[in-house]
Amino acid sequence: MLKSLIQTLGLSLFFMASAHADLTIEITQGSEGALPIAIVPFQQPVSGVPTHRVDQVVTSDLARSGRFQPLPVADMLSRPVQPSQVDFRDWRALNVENLVIGQVDAKGPGAYDVSFRLYDVYRGEQILGYTLQTTADELRSTSHRIADLIYETLTGNKGAFDTRIAYVTSIADKNGKPTIHLRVADADGYSPSSIVSSSDPIMSPSWSPDGQKIAYVSFENGRSSIYVQEVYTGAREKLTSFKGINGAPVWSPDGSKLALTLSKSGNPDIYVMDVKTKKLRALTTHWAIDTEPAWSPDGKYIVYTSDRGGNPQIYRVEADGGKAYRMTFEGKYNAKASYSPDGKQLTLVTRVGEDYRIGLMDLRTRDIRLLSTGDLDESPSFAPNGDMIIYATRNKNRGVLAAVSTDGRVEQRLVLQAGDVREPAWSPFHQ
Amino acid sequence: MKLSRIALIGLAAGSLAFAGCSTTGSGDAAGGAAAGGAADAGGASTAARARRAGYSGTMRLDDPASILGVRKIYFEFDSSEIGFDDKLVLRAHAEHLNANPSTNITIEGHADERGSREYNIALGERRANAIKAYMTAEGVNPAQLNVVSFGEERPDFMGHDASAWSKNRRGVLVY
Repeated sequence: MLKSLIQTLGLSLFFMASAHADLTIEITQGSEGALPIAIVPFQQPVSGVPTHRVDQVVTSDLARSGRFQPLPVADMLSRPVQPSQVDFRDWRALNVENLVIGQVDAKGPGAYDVSFRLYDVYRGEQILGYTLQTTADELRSTSHRIADLIYETLTGNKGAFDTRIAYVTSIADKNGKPTIHLRVADADGYSPSSIVSSSDPIMSPSWSPDGQKIAYVSFENGRSSIYVQEVYTGAREKLTSFKGINGAPVWSPDGSKLALTLSKSGNPDIYVMDVKTKKLRALTTHWAIDTEPAWSPDGKYIVYTSDRGGNPQIYRVEADGGKAYRMTFEGKYNAKASYSPDGKQLTLVTRVGEDYRIGLMDLRTRDIRLLSTGDLDESPSFAPNGDMIIYATRNKNRGVLAAVSTDGRVEQRLVLQAGDVREPAWSPFHQ
Repeated sequence: MKLSRIALIGLAAGSLAFAGCSTTGSGDAAGGAAAGGAADAGGASTAARARRAGYSGTMRLDDPASILGVRKIYFEFDSSEIGFDDKLVLRAHAEHLNANPSTNITIEGHADERGSREYNIALGERRANAIKAYMTAEGVNPAQLNVVSFGEERPDFMGHDASAWSKNRRGVLVY
């Protein structure tokens, strides 16, 4: 029953997404013990029918999280729109614990009011109800916000559906010559847009904490430079273009600084740049490789990859400077660490035998739990609510993205229509 | 005057390489000649050509049979150590650059796709710097040597196995 439900959902998501999305999402592992919920098709306006169905977006979001098991519409015994039409016995009979009903009303050209109510079926009462004013352009975003509200009400964790992902694609032409794009899409793969394209490598996208800018590395003109670009206006600024490596930019949690890697002194070290004054301070000055900095959520620490011990391992230093402290000892390859939003865990790339996997390290016990099963997995990035990690992997010889819940219960794959996709970066919460 | 001297030595070196071909047998020689120029000449054929051609350093740059036609050297996993045969190649290029002080080259460092991307950029730079250090020790003016790392971003081979990886962990001399 559970398996066939997931297959059905996966299939419908695939078809829904293939029309407008850059990345199509396939659920590769469903979740036992997900909460049964019914999202009844919302009543649509008589004229000015919107292009996206709010209820379908909400259903996909909740299913994708692995925390919910939405009831197929075909199995519903009734399809209430108004509260007076709800008969809780219909839903108790199907073992549905929560029910969502709603409607979309046209309010002039391209404007809508979306109303929804969330019920606890066993207690027989409404636990959430909102009307959201929106436009045709914002309808998907509004749908994601509804999913976020339902998710937060029922799990206690903030939802991260109304967020975006940045990623790098490489699409080869007939002669095999690749074009590299840095793209931004909704977290479900919709509304993709390229923010920069080049025949030279583009790397390491990093969101500013307000979600307005992305820092990245571009090899335009044959060597690396760090750029900062406004996501919505496209305006950009070249931040560093020193001799050698200009790499791995990442914003401090308050947005006032960037940590980055420069090799202008002769070998790669971590630097901190003040975003306003552009003043640089060297944080590490070791002869070994120091790169891939990431800030702790409180801004006090920076973790980074260093091979000062003979092979790449994770080290930590206070953001103001000081002594390096080694964090990982297990295995011969640990790299590209970043903190969970609550600061209690690190996700990283760890080598197991010959395979490179995504690991989750508990900072109290220092144990590393493996979250992925591929052989070339890399670039893990936490969702802003910490419930999922998106990373790059390979499937059938193509670079694809995958997302896994941090409890390991649900996995999904995000496949580009053509070419390779890599280096995902999950945006902060929508502001 | 100087130009004609180099051309003359170039011709002599060319005939030396040709003589080498005729004595080492057709198989290896054909492989070496076919793989000349900017194409890949990994492992054994690099070594064979290095020994065959010697490293007098004054051979013609555009002669595919010349050791100067070898522009790529390969590295072990997570290593920037230069192998003995590749040192012969670098020595020949160093002597060429010493003889042509107005020639600048770019040394590209590359990594295979395994592991994280920015670490691989750093690893690629370490490889390119190892090449630069070797050539500088051979007397080349550092100003003639530009270093750039592309990490795993520009693989030579698109495969995802040990054979592709061994060809992608490379340093490339770009004239």
